[in-house]
Order: sequence, then C-alpha cells, then structure tokens
Amino acid sequence: MGSVGAKEVPVLLTPDGKRIDGRHLDDLREIKIVAGALHQADGSAYVEWGANKVMAAVYGPREVHPRHLQQNNKAIVQCKYNMAAFSVDERKRPGLDRRSQEISKVIAEAFESVIFVEEYPRTSIDVYIEVLQANAGTRCAGVVAASVALADAGIPMVDLLPSVAVGKVAGQIVLDLKKEEDNFGEADMPMALVPQSGRLVLLQMEGHMTADELGRSLDLGVKGCRAIYEKMKQALRDRYETGAGPAAGVAQ
Amino acid sequence: MSNEVTAEILGTHILDLAREGRRLDGRGLDEYRAVSIEHGFVASADGSALARIGHSAVVCGVKLEPGKPFPDTPNAGVLTTNAELVPLSNPTFEPGPPHPRAIEVSRVIDRAIRAAEAIDLKKLCVTPGEKTWVCYVDVHVIDHSGNLIDTGSLAALAALTHATLPAKRFGIGEDSPLAVQHFPVETTFARLGDAIVVDPSFDEELACQGRLTIATDEAANVVAMQKGLVGAFSPEDVKSLAERAFRHGDRMRKLAIGG
Repeated sequence: MGSVGAKEVPVLLTPDGKRIDGRHLDDLREIKIVAGALHQADGSAYVEWGANKVMAAVYGPREVHPRHLQQNNKAIVQCKYNMAAFSVDERKRPGLDRRSQEISKVIAEAFESVIFVEEYPRTSIDVYIEVLQANAGTRCAGVVAASVALADAGIPMVDLLPSVAVGKVAGQIVLDLKKEEDNFGEADMPMALVPQSGRLVLLQMEGHMTADELGRSLDLGVKGCRAIYEKMKQALRDRYETGAGPAAGVAQ
Repeated sequence: MSNEVTAEILGTHILDLAREGRRLDGRGLDEYRAVSIEHGFVASADGSALARIGHSAVVCGVKLEPGKPFPDTPNAGVLTTNAELVPLSNPTFEPGPPHPRAIEVSRVIDRAIRAAEAIDLKKLCVTPGEKTWVCYVDVHVIDHSGNLIDTGSLAALAALTHATLPAKRFGIGEDSPLAVQHFPVETTFARLGDAIVVDPSFDEELACQGRLTIATDEAANVVAMQKGLVGAFSPEDVKSLAERAFRHGDRMRKLAIGG
C-alpha cells in the first residue's frame, strides 16, 4: 500500500510459493527475545525479529504524572512507542508523530486489557518501546518486547501478549510480513492475542480482504501468536529458571 | 455524587440492560441511531457534508489546492485527513494539542479512504513531479455523542463524493467533479458483556469492554480495521462482525452517496 506511482514492485512470491526471503506462507522470521536487558528499568526486554531491533522498558507501578490522570480505582497504563531517527532508510524526524501516538494508544489499551490494574489504584504503569531498527512489524515486536518486560517487572497480568501481523501478498495470506511485503502487499493486519482466552486485544487492518480471507488471516495470526507465545515464555525461563542471573544484556 | 461514581452506576446499568438484549435508548443491539446527511453544508468548501448519527454531529469539508507531490510518488496526488475534536463538542474536551483520541479518529478515517483507494490519486496529478492536487479532508466534530469514527467517515465520504476540482480558480482548466472510485464506510461495534452492539452511544463507549471498527467497500472487501479501548474480541467475534459490517455498510453507503 502507499505504492502509488512508486518504485518497481519486487517479486514477492515465486511460482513454487516461496517468499522474498525464502520463507513459506506461514513461516515466521527468526525471533530472539532477551528478558531483562536494561539495568535501570523495573522490567525490560530486547527483541530481534527478522531485521527489527526493539527495546522495551517498564517503570512502575509508580506515581502518576501528570497528577490529574490518576484514577482512584485502578492503575493507568501509559505507553510510548517511539522510532529512532536512524531506524529507517530515510531519516525519520525525531519525536512523536501521529502514527506513533496512535500506535501508543492502541498498545496501552491492549495492555490495560490484560494487566490487573485494579490492584494498583492511583499509580501509573509506564511502558516504553524504542524501535532501533525497523523492518515491518515493529508494533508487534514492540508488544512482544513490552509484554516480556512487564512480566520481568513482576506486573500481574492475565497472560503474556504475543503479537504478529498477517497480510496478503500476491493474493496469498501470509504470516509476519517483512518490509517489501508490507510496502507492496495488498493488506496488513497486526494483532495481539491473549492465549488463555483466545481473544484479541489489539487488531488493526489496512488493505483489501474478502470475508473469507479475513477469516483465514485471523486463524493464521492466532497460530503465529501461539508460536511466539512459546518463545516469550522461554525467554522468561532463560532469565529466571536457569539461575543465569539478571540482565543478560543486549550484546550477549 | 462524583462523576466517577455516576459513570460507574450508569455503566453497570448499561451492561445489565445489554444482558437482556436491551439498550439505554431503546435500540436493538444491531440497530443504528437515526442517520442523516446534509450534502453541501459549507459553501466555501469544494465538497462538504454534515452527518448526524443520533446526537453526534460532524461537519466535513474537502478543500482541493494545487501543491507539490511527494518525492517518492511523483505521479500521485496528496491526500491528508485531519479530525478536530473541538472543545464545543463535549464537556470533557479541552483546548490544546490534539488528544490521542482525536489522532486515532483521523487516522482511522484516513486509513479507510486510503486503503479503499476511494480517490484515484493518479488522476490528481497535474505535472508529474512538480504539480498535483492536494486533497484536504477536514473532519470537524461539533457534537460528540458517541461513535465519532462512523459519523466522521460518513461525513467524509459524503463530502468527497460531491466534491468539485476547482481548476478554474487556480487557472488549470475547467472545474470537474472529483473522481471517487470506491466508497468505504466504517461500522463500529462495542462489546457490552457478551453482547456486541453497533453504533455505540457516548455512555456505551464509556461502559464498553472494547471497540472494533470495520471499514468495508462496495465490493464486499474489508479495507480497514481498528480495535480500540480496553477489551477483547475473539477471532469468531471479528468474523461475525465483518458480516454485520457489510450489511450496515451497504445502507450507509447509499445514504452518503445519496441526493
């Protein structure tokens, strides 16, 4: 999308059903998750997902700033999703643009749907997501990183929140779009799943899908989320079960 | 009593009603409030409409001006959508920089228009790489009584379908109708307990456990979606809501294009 009059469209799908990077239609890119990657934060996580590099930190529950946002019966969940200026090919102007603000809003709402906010009245749980290197699916990588960071911070939640995008590329429903597929594909649908309830707390879509394609995309996305869920749990086990100690760090 | 407490009581009442298949204003779960559209509401705009859904009211004005194309799309026009939730529309809105909820409304409306390819942007090109028409879609919420996304997108579609390219004013030839090739309509649902209602009112939005907007076009495609607010939907919910969205979308589309 957004490809009106743009550069040449690359071959996104070979005749034998291989994608631009050799994946099958329902393959995820490689995902590496490190729980506890920062020193200062109450909880943190680092995710490398294909060519995405995303860091998330959680602070709180802590005092609410500004004060008037405080809620007497529950914690508020605030999220800041931010892309570094150098994270994309053409330098992005730093600061909050409208896209980032919208993404921050839907991510905050997704997490508020799973956090036991009523246990921490008059506090704020702050989730920060920094995209250091972007290659499509950064909000999903951000949700995965933030979710592991929340768990790392010991915030009680219904469940972890695996997230992935499904899309339509060369007429086929595919899992986990990379940049070329996102730019030149026909649809993109990021989602985040609560594995325990099987419900979606984040869902967006842009493009063209029939009712049938939408149905198949949802099913494929749920499958993808469940695979990512295992990786998220493993990352937390690696940090806390093996006695490897705190803060494995990004570099390692 | 504080607002918080009354809101809590009202919210509980709304959820109780929904459990019995009823709503505060007497509507059915799958029923819109009264919808009306006044085309050409603002004479100074190149296309405009006033859309009302229940007590929600949105004015959309389309302005077309010559400008420069983006460097990466030299042959295409430029489309920008902006929504303003002005303080007169609701006691809870304050003046200042756009609130994330206003940003969300504009981006969701913009996404449907863009993804549906409602306007053939290539036809807006005047001189490749140098001059093109820039289409400003300004959505002005004047009364927020719930479901701004549907009200705003209806106003936008109505304004676009009746817009004129003011070529004469800018000395680029004769005026002509703006070429609208697809007709996206947004349908918004809210979860109230196990019930999922269409066209949530202001109080229902406060009480709801999740909101889902599904934009459809005239060829039975889903072109955009946005889940918002705190809450969740199962994939099966989404599939059945898409069917409901197609049905409501067809009716709304006729109203927007209408007279």
